Amino acid sequence: MFLIPCPWCGEREESEFSYGHEAHIVRPEDPEKLSDAEWANYLFMRTNPKGPHLERWVHTAGCRRWFNVARNTHTNEILAVYLMGEKPPKNLAKEPVKGAKS
Amino acid sequence: MTQTHRLTDGGRIDRDRPIDFFFNGRRYSGYEGDTLASALLANGVMLVGRSFKYHRPRGITSAGTEEQNALVQLERGARTISNMLATRVPLYEGLDAASVNCWPSHNFDFMAVNSLFHRILPAGFYYKTFMWPVSAWKYYEHIIRRAAGLGRSPMEPDADTYDKMNAHADLVVVGGGPAGLTAARSAAIHGARVILVDEQTELGGQLLNERFDINGHPATDWVADIEAELMAMPNVTILKHTTAFGYYDHGFIGFLQNRSNNVAFGEDGRSRQRMWRVRAKNVLLATGSLERPLIYSDNDRPGCMLAGAVRAYVNRYGVTPGNRHVIFTNNDDAYRSALDVKAAGGDVACIVDLRTKPKGELVTQAIEAGIDVIEGSVITAVIGGKRVRAVEIMKLNEDGTGVTGTVQTITCDIVGSSGGWNPVVHLHSHSGGKNVWRDEDGVFVPGDTLQSEQVCGAAAGSFSLQAALNEGDFAGIDFASKLGLPTKKPGAVPKTSSDVAEEPWKLLWYIPTTKPAGQRGKHFIDQQNDVTVTDVQLAAREGYRSVEHAKRYTTLGMATDQGKTGNIPGHAILSAALGQTIPETGTTTFRPPYSPVTMGAIAGRYVGDFFDPVRRTPMHDCHEKAGCLWEDVGQWRRPWYYPADGESMQDTVNRECLAVRNHVGMLDATTLGKIDIQGPDAAEFLNRIYTNAWLKLAPGKCRYGLMLGEDGMIMDDGVTSCLGENHYLMTTTSGGAPRVMAWLEEWLQTEWPDLKVYLTSVTEQFATLQLAGPNARALLSEFTKDIDLDNDAFPFMSWKSGTVADIPARIYRISFTGELSYEINVPASAGLSLWTDIMIAGEKFGIEPFGTETMHVLRAEKGFIIVGQETDGTTAPGDLGMDWIVSKKKPDFIGKRSMSRPDMLRDDRKQLVGLLTSDPSEVLPEGGQIVAETQPKPPMTMIGHVTSSYYSAALEHSIALALVKGGRARMGDTVYVPIDGKTVSCEVVEPIFYDKEGNRIND
Repeated sequence: MFLIPCPWCGEREESEFSYGHEAHIVRPEDPEKLSDAEWANYLFMRTNPKGPHLERWVHTAGCRRWFNVARNTHTNEILAVYLMGEKPPKNLAKEPVKGAKS
Repeated sequence: MTQTHRLTDGGRIDRDRPIDFFFNGRRYSGYEGDTLASALLANGVMLVGRSFKYHRPRGITSAGTEEQNALVQLERGARTISNMLATRVPLYEGLDAASVNCWPSHNFDFMAVNSLFHRILPAGFYYKTFMWPVSAWKYYEHIIRRAAGLGRSPMEPDADTYDKMNAHADLVVVGGGPAGLTAARSAAIHGARVILVDEQTELGGQLLNERFDINGHPATDWVADIEAELMAMPNVTILKHTTAFGYYDHGFIGFLQNRSNNVAFGEDGRSRQRMWRVRAKNVLLATGSLERPLIYSDNDRPGCMLAGAVRAYVNRYGVTPGNRHVIFTNNDDAYRSALDVKAAGGDVACIVDLRTKPKGELVTQAIEAGIDVIEGSVITAVIGGKRVRAVEIMKLNEDGTGVTGTVQTITCDIVGSSGGWNPVVHLHSHSGGKNVWRDEDGVFVPGDTLQSEQVCGAAAGSFSLQAALNEGDFAGIDFASKLGLPTKKPGAVPKTSSDVAEEPWKLLWYIPTTKPAGQRGKHFIDQQNDVTVTDVQLAAREGYRSVEHAKRYTTLGMATDQGKTGNIPGHAILSAALGQTIPETGTTTFRPPYSPVTMGAIAGRYVGDFFDPVRRTPMHDCHEKAGCLWEDVGQWRRPWYYPADGESMQDTVNRECLAVRNHVGMLDATTLGKIDIQGPDAAEFLNRIYTNAWLKLAPGKCRYGLMLGEDGMIMDDGVTSCLGENHYLMTTTSGGAPRVMAWLEEWLQTEWPDLKVYLTSVTEQFATLQLAGPNARALLSEFTKDIDLDNDAFPFMSWKSGTVADIPARIYRISFTGELSYEINVPASAGLSLWTDIMIAGEKFGIEPFGTETMHVLRAEKGFIIVGQETDGTTAPGDLGMDWIVSKKKPDFIGKRSMSRPDMLRDDRKQLVGLLTSDPSEVLPEGGQIVAETQPKPPMTMIGHVTSSYYSAALEHSIALALVKGGRARMGDTVYVPIDGKTVSCEVVEPIFYDKEGNRIND
């Protein structure tokens, strides 16, 4: 049960939020031009790192706003929250955690 | 009954307060302060049940939460609780308990015949024997379940109430033993908000079981003093009889608090149990350690217990568990048990020490006390069935693989064994912490942690009392400084003189006999699940190299005790069989809960009416008065059908259907989701979300839309109307409204923030009354003067605003029944009066209210789909023959690209068809599987399933919709639906049965 600092409402329990998959996956501009493999890649393929992960959450039982969360999937530490459209903070540990399988 | 095994004095029981209780129907007597287990032992009752698989007689093995055998069914009727540990049930007046898992009685058990067939009940027996043929499992299963059951569930609703508490703390201390108490005290003195939690009914932890001293006084006096000191501090909360069962992310801990000493009953006016949801900035785990047994032959005979439990019964409860005790050990600590029995006046036959020439101080004390110490020896056999009568002892050979010399037989009725102590690392593991193998004493100790957490005392592998006191005190100060609290002069750390120099444990996981494992008695590792050494060895031989797989295959550590005693010996024996070290094998993952949690406490007050909110429409009372039956749709309660007195469901639905087809009917459609969409980019937004074109929908017009997921599968459908420039009203399915709203918001906020569109849920702002049937226009015209209902002025798929019964209203001419139909939207507050007025005025037009069942029949006659019924998340528009609503011209919309994926173009996809049964009165079951060719018996190749099926009164024929592989190419074919005992043949037809030209809807 995480504590998530909603950028609009402050720190709240995870049960108020919904997870919305990996962040920064942009919908292709012209899907019709993509091969089946490229489209499947957009549709289904997500990273699954052990360590920092950029993901989207929505404060379902609160302000209903979407925002981005940088979370360490190993420790579940919330490293940063930032608004939709913003770039992820630069200072996040880029290296995967020791022992992680890439 | 007299308490034959009760000491005349000593222990933490109150001999002035006798308590009568019942076990397996017999009356016994114990004292306030007893547990059920200690009271039974005081009465000389050792046999408490039968084992899980072999139904061997079993006795009490421990004095605490690690108990494997003494599971009881507590109380009867609504308050009965299964699998309660007798060692954890405080005795109360009138307590009524019975053994679990024995039939007809714990003393004579028919199923013990399993024991004679133990050679055919090896590890994985069920998998190997009963899984073939697969189809027969359902026949075997209930027999096996009865043979291997544990306890019974109550048949009545829970008679007690439960509640929940949320709390925050600077520091949560789990465990009220020496380490936990000093830590709580030193943190609290600095001002930290501390919650101290302990599963026992009193603080003290292991000190309650020992004859230790602190600061020159009995340790329990020190416990009482420190408890009084903590109670007086406003920043300290002490929760006794409360188990910290799980430690989750971000300092979140769950407690289960027993609020009554009588664990089966809530006291008057209070909840029986309380679930605490605690958010802790820091956590100190002082959870102590649990003793592990030695694994010797027939170590499950009643009378075989843990050495520490022997002295716990003597010291804490004033009970000698037996008449003559043997202690079997690999360490010095167990000598305390012999010394304590002796000091209390009990009889110690001998101490069997598998080490050669032990020299520790406790050994010397035992010899000085006149206790016979047999060194370098092991127990090779236990004699006795329902109770230990004697043990056989032989010399252990040098490398510990076998025994030598002559057999010495020693009469006794208790064997207390000790293989050392395991730190209780469960909560540390829950929190994401790692455990590290410590080779010298063969224990897993807590390693790195992911959270602000420390472990100290025995839980950290520091087994001496002084170490526990020191570490706790230090940790408390450490947490205080971490919290930034002003430092104070620490008081002196409490001192004990009870610690003595102890020699190392000798690790010998399997105690050999004269024959190979399994050929002379059984060596039980996990008594509750009847897992033996040979089961684990067999698993290794059969290739179960992963400890997680071996666990599931043998069921080692899967019982209610979750391997608290048996896991480490089990993993050690598995490692030996695999020829690798214990760290290489690893350990299974500890997961919450640490000990069982009642469903009542998890539910708390959210039971009955509070389980889930019920949404009612403004016309709810009208429906109730009309005597409708209800259907739950999401959280909404909708009228299902309105039976007249004594009318069957089918007769009711027939009557309602014919009323709509021939006269007029009214449906409460308030529950349909309504989303108000505004903004200059609203049309563009709809154009991207729906499959069809939306840019040219004029104000006053309505359009049906189909919404896909990006995977091209149907997500929702509904009619959206253009209310004005840049203003639309979308309707959704009743159950899908929240999901659709969230879906639209997600696209607007994440992918298309540039679109100027605003969404508002207005479902509950409007009451929606749907009039359907040929008389709808005539009836409605009585209620409105300012809306022209003429077909040319107000055609199908348009809407108008005005007044209905002088109430401001929007009327949508849309239809889900295939009839002339108006959906009247008025402010929610006006719904009830308008419904009532229309029902009265409608009498002369033959009006009937109709429910969801009739709505379903009518729409199925027209072949209109219901999302979630004709679709299941793998259904695309083409599958339903709905290509007509998918724009070919739009360059893009959600799900478009997926529609050209190869799988979507297969011609054997399941396609929507209609089915007409050869017998018109035969109504197919929804979900029925469809085959093209019948076989005498299953398996048959299934080509699809029935999605909707009803009897159509208008057609006087049953109708069904179905998804069938390549269905559109099967028009006119005969297919079959095998139902229990018969096969129904059907003709495949177009999925529309009534008014195929659509004249009625446009009339």
